[in-house]
Amino acid sequence: MGELKLMKGNEAVAEAAIRAGCDGYFGYPITPQSEVMEYLMAEKPFERTGMVVLQAESEVAAINMLYGGAGTGKMVMTSSSSPGVSLMQEGISYLAGAELPAVIVNIVRGGPGLGTIQPSQADYFQAVKGGGHGDYKMLVLAPASVQEMCDHVKLAFDKAFEYRTPVMILSDGAIGQMMEKVVLFDQIPRRTDEELIKQCPWASNGRPKTRNHNIITSLDLDPAGQERVNLKLQAKYQMMEKNEVLYEEIQCEDADYLLVAFGLSARICQKALDLARAKGIKVGLFRPITLFPFPAIEVSNVGNRVKGILVVEMNAGQMIEDVKLSVGCKVKIEHYGRFGGIIPSPDEVVKALTQKIIGG
Amino acid sequence: MEEQFAKTEIHKPENIVYKKSDLMVDRPLSYCPGCGHGTAHRMLMEVIEEMDISDKTIGVSPVGCSVLAYDFLNIDMLGAAHGRAPALATAIKRMWPNHFVFTYQGDGDLAAIGTAETIHACNRGENITIIFINNGIYGMTGGQMAPTTLPGMRSSTSPYGRDVPTMGHPLKITELIAQLPGVYYVTRQAVHTPNNVRKTKKAIRKAFELQKENKGLCFIEIVSNCNSGWKMTPVQSNKWMEENMFPFYVLGDIKVDGKLIEMTK
Repeated sequence: MGELKLMKGNEAVAEAAIRAGCDGYFGYPITPQSEVMEYLMAEKPFERTGMVVLQAESEVAAINMLYGGAGTGKMVMTSSSSPGVSLMQEGISYLAGAELPAVIVNIVRGGPGLGTIQPSQADYFQAVKGGGHGDYKMLVLAPASVQEMCDHVKLAFDKAFEYRTPVMILSDGAIGQMMEKVVLFDQIPRRTDEELIKQCPWASNGRPKTRNHNIITSLDLDPAGQERVNLKLQAKYQMMEKNEVLYEEIQCEDADYLLVAFGLSARICQKALDLARAKGIKVGLFRPITLFPFPAIEVSNVGNRVKGILVVEMNAGQMIEDVKLSVGCKVKIEHYGRFGGIIPSPDEVVKALTQKIIGG
Repeated sequence: MEEQFAKTEIHKPENIVYKKSDLMVDRPLSYCPGCGHGTAHRMLMEVIEEMDISDKTIGVSPVGCSVLAYDFLNIDMLGAAHGRAPALATAIKRMWPNHFVFTYQGDGDLAAIGTAETIHACNRGENITIIFINNGIYGMTGGQMAPTTLPGMRSSTSPYGRDVPTMGHPLKITELIAQLPGVYYVTRQAVHTPNNVRKTKKAIRKAFELQKENKGLCFIEIVSNCNSGWKMTPVQSNKWMEENMFPFYVLGDIKVDGKLIEMTK
């Protein structure tokens, strides 16, 4: 068993990056995720592993530093919160287009605009449906605990390189700020240059005289060429849908009603489930862990066995669209959401379930 | 037969007095005939070839006319989003500190949309080389006004000439950058005459040598023509450049060995 520590979610992300063998972190301060870079700067990973940590002049610069580092085959990460991640959308689109591996952590806060610094899940659409321009997706992980904040960093790097794709960890201000115990995985050594070149023969990191030049770009002026790029990307997303779906089912076997929630909302729903079961209402919880690829078949299998589904999100109803597309129209599906940084209480969720689904 | 014989004769190594760099990919350039980009590319590749650092050089191309520079330069390259080349180069150099890293950018890319990335990479003193091609116009998108368009100069978005009260002044970003302590060497050159080409090549060589010594950021502006955008013949455009661009964008060293050169103008 690895080292046990009490940590904030943001700190767990930072420590996990060092331990995963990350080569470079590039970020810009924004509440509620500033602890990521603060922790990294204090920890001096450049002494621990040789990892580079750089405070950029903006989120725009940070995401493009990611593009630069990723294009040379390095393991790179950034983190930000909603307004900053909006600024990164252009860069993320370029990362997807140029098929570069990178990890982006979004500690979501309430919007729109400057919004609030309190937690929210209102960036689901932006993360899952593309966000920037063009037809692209990212693999999106939704941690629901500080432990998962740590574990998902490692997973995100693995998948980023396996698929040559940007991967987003979509968390929120509460999980970023809250402290929980976490079992840290052991230090994985950073790859040597030789290992990197072997793993990333496509990377632009200096052309040996034995090969032609490598070019990292998202541009193809020939429509037929650009269509081929798009078809390749779509094939990659289909592979993710086939192989990378992650989810958790809690007490779904005998459930009459189903709660569907991700991240922090799923934590609240777990308590709501206990409250409802204490009242004799048989409730189950389905928690998507990957938001893209969405566990469509899995939620449909459970969803079509129950009398009604309540999708609980800290937004105005975003993931519910994917739940409805997956489950179909035979089962009643309603949404319960709070916005602007308000975290729903378990009691509220039980009440909403009773009123919207059971009583409705 | 006779003609072919003559050709082989000329191609004999001992008869070759000049040839293009092997680092230039053997394909037609996408630039308009008469444009300075091709010459600038060649000087850059000649320096890298002569220093024998092609296996340790990583280039970043911009968005603009030279967006396809990576197709012509046979070294590892990354195509950046518009204006972001210095951000890419920063990360690349930080993670490959023993490699040579350069950006190649136009005036719209470097001095308008990428101003923040340019200023901050320079101010951090990143050990990279920035090659800045200034032709006072957005060439690729069809000749719109650039941050460096001269007062009164016509473009497709300043069809009656750049009106300074409403459109602002042209930006001498090179002079601005020279003020920053992280910047070690700043020079402004041209590639329209053999003499200027030689000077430009010397400047590029100097910048790469300084990068080897980790002296800080080196910045080379090349004032160039855009005969298509300026709606002139190549010869006219070079004359116009000498008469109009050079008095405003004065050629020569601006900062050497980390010290500003005393300006007479």
